[in-house]
Amino acid sequence: MADTHAESVAYVRDGFLPERPAPARETGVVGWLRQNLFSSVPYTILTLATLWVIWQLGAAILPWLWGGVWHVDSIRACREVLEGAAGGCFAVLTERWAQLLFGFSYPSGEYWRLGVAFVLLGVCLAPVLFPDLPRRLLIATLIYPFVAYWLIWGGTPLAAVSGLAGLAGGAAAFRTVASRGALLGGIAGLAALLAIWWIGGELAAAAPGFLALPPVASRNIGGFALNMILGTVCVSLSLPFGILLALGRQSRLPIIKIACIAFIEFIRGVPLITLLFVANVVLAYFLPPGTTFDLILRVVIMITMFASAYIAEVIRGGLAALPRGQYEAADALGLDYWQAVRLVILPQALKISIPGIVNVAVGLFKDTTLVSIISMFDVVGMIRGPILASTEWNGVYWELYGFAALLFFVTCYGISQYSQWLERRLATDTR
Amino acid sequence: MPIPESESKTIDRSQMQVSDEVAIRIAAMNKWFGNFHVLRDIDLTVHKGERIVICGPSGSGKSTLIRCINALEEHQEGTITVDGTRLSSDLKNIDHIRSEVGMVFQHFNLFPHLTILENCTLAPIWVRKVPKREAEETAMHFLEKVRIPDQARKYPGQLSGGQQQRVAIARSLCMQPRIMLFDEPTSALDPEMIKEVLDTMIELAEEGMTMVCVTHEMGFARSVANRVIFMDHGQIVEQNAPDAFFGAPQNDRTKLFLSQILGH
Repeated sequence: MADTHAESVAYVRDGFLPERPAPARETGVVGWLRQNLFSSVPYTILTLATLWVIWQLGAAILPWLWGGVWHVDSIRACREVLEGAAGGCFAVLTERWAQLLFGFSYPSGEYWRLGVAFVLLGVCLAPVLFPDLPRRLLIATLIYPFVAYWLIWGGTPLAAVSGLAGLAGGAAAFRTVASRGALLGGIAGLAALLAIWWIGGELAAAAPGFLALPPVASRNIGGFALNMILGTVCVSLSLPFGILLALGRQSRLPIIKIACIAFIEFIRGVPLITLLFVANVVLAYFLPPGTTFDLILRVVIMITMFASAYIAEVIRGGLAALPRGQYEAADALGLDYWQAVRLVILPQALKISIPGIVNVAVGLFKDTTLVSIISMFDVVGMIRGPILASTEWNGVYWELYGFAALLFFVTCYGISQYSQWLERRLATDTR
Repeated sequence: MPIPESESKTIDRSQMQVSDEVAIRIAAMNKWFGNFHVLRDIDLTVHKGERIVICGPSGSGKSTLIRCINALEEHQEGTITVDGTRLSSDLKNIDHIRSEVGMVFQHFNLFPHLTILENCTLAPIWVRKVPKREAEETAMHFLEKVRIPDQARKYPGQLSGGQQQRVAIARSLCMQPRIMLFDEPTSALDPEMIKEVLDTMIELAEEGMTMVCVTHEMGFARSVANRVIFMDHGQIVEQNAPDAFFGAPQNDRTKLFLSQILGH
């Protein structure tokens, strides 16, 4: 009786209409196909053209994958087996996998250490990545860097243990003294930290063989493991530095503010590769003669500085997106600056910044391949150098670079998927 | 002049005793935003247990005035003394006063990433160092008081405006404040939700809370306030007991204002 009220102005509804299901052509497989692929003539043409392109690509790539040769010892042997048929020479991967993953001079008997470090990385990162796991597990995340250092570089664990003990002792000293003033606490903490590190250093030097794993020098670490080490270390360091820089840029204290702005703008204005050359060559001039300053450490410092400047700007966007009222409510409840930042501001600002932070992190991880230019043998460096230069495998480009691309793609796609899951998990306004 | 009566409930004024003790004393206070003189020579003394309603046209400085009381805005001249502590630029001093003074905002300003319960326990746990269990019990007590204990596990985004504002009131109460400031608490609400928030505020008044409210709810002012203050151009133009204020306004500006907001 939809037209009754058109005739009389007074109208009273005496019951509400029940819900009805949507028309069938809007739902189901047929509805989906109609809506998304064949909704009009141009769309239908586009759909068919796309299907043709996919077919052509598949026809070119799949036989190459299927017909690949996996077990010979040189590119010539590959060509003999293939006799002109389509097929990739994947034998290079089965023969050189260890070099691609670990570099060419990591002792082959010690590969397990990099493997264990990698698996532990996944286990120990889990409490950080998944907020639903018990918070107590974060201890494992704290301990991990020291364990990983010992596993990867070898030597006596005393150095790593004293590193950890120094941090714990410093934190404890800070806690006990901080009630009499933050500055005093800071001094006490630093003193305890340095004292324990010094003792640890002496101990490690006195007993280099205590529970020692065979030591591996930084220059002997390479392959995808080097990319993973650089990526993990630099991303995890640049996040806290980026947060501090972003907060510093908002500071009311002019000196801090200017210092942060100057740092961010300088680093963002300089190409990463220049910084890496600085790390490789120029830094040595500034250091006292005779000091050996680990190359990986130098590169880590440069990449971290570079990434933290970018992350700072991403987080600044998140901070700016928060309504003024959030700061005011935190203030009005009596929270001090650091409490407000930690409990109210950052959880929201970081959530807003997740896509930007992941963008920087993924970019940074791929940029670790730039170290191949300063003659470090990461996975790209290995391919460009030792593998392609060898007489056996000179000329195998697609297979090697495809493999490197696959390694990076799997990692980066995983990071991207995780971040999207995290965004949904943290969305409190729509649940 | 027709005054809308607060139709919500009969109000029990028996508990609403004003003591001689001073809660807030503002003396010769001036504030500028840049070159704009927003607050001019404000003198105001609020006694313990008083319910003060501040009204006035927009831009008259009424919000700025109550935001000065808990130092959300800095004043340049004069003194503000809250509960015996004089406001200075010392951060410890400011944080102390803020923990004694509750504030409710026009836009609620709940923390959207925390549940209702966490919103209420955050400040007691971190500022007052109350153990978590105890803070949660207190929070549930006040959530029951504002009649939304069943929403404790939800997030602010899932609640209606009126519910969010009642949570904001409960969140302030969890700090056991001696003074409550309300900055247009019902201005952002649908008409149907205004009543539930006002009812909560009336209950609070009945328990003897010292309250300073910036609001245009004249029914509330008439039935709950013991003093109504009218501000314009950054100055206190008129203040009086509600009956006299509404019944016989003296200043022409006040008369005009009242006729405009009550005239239809």
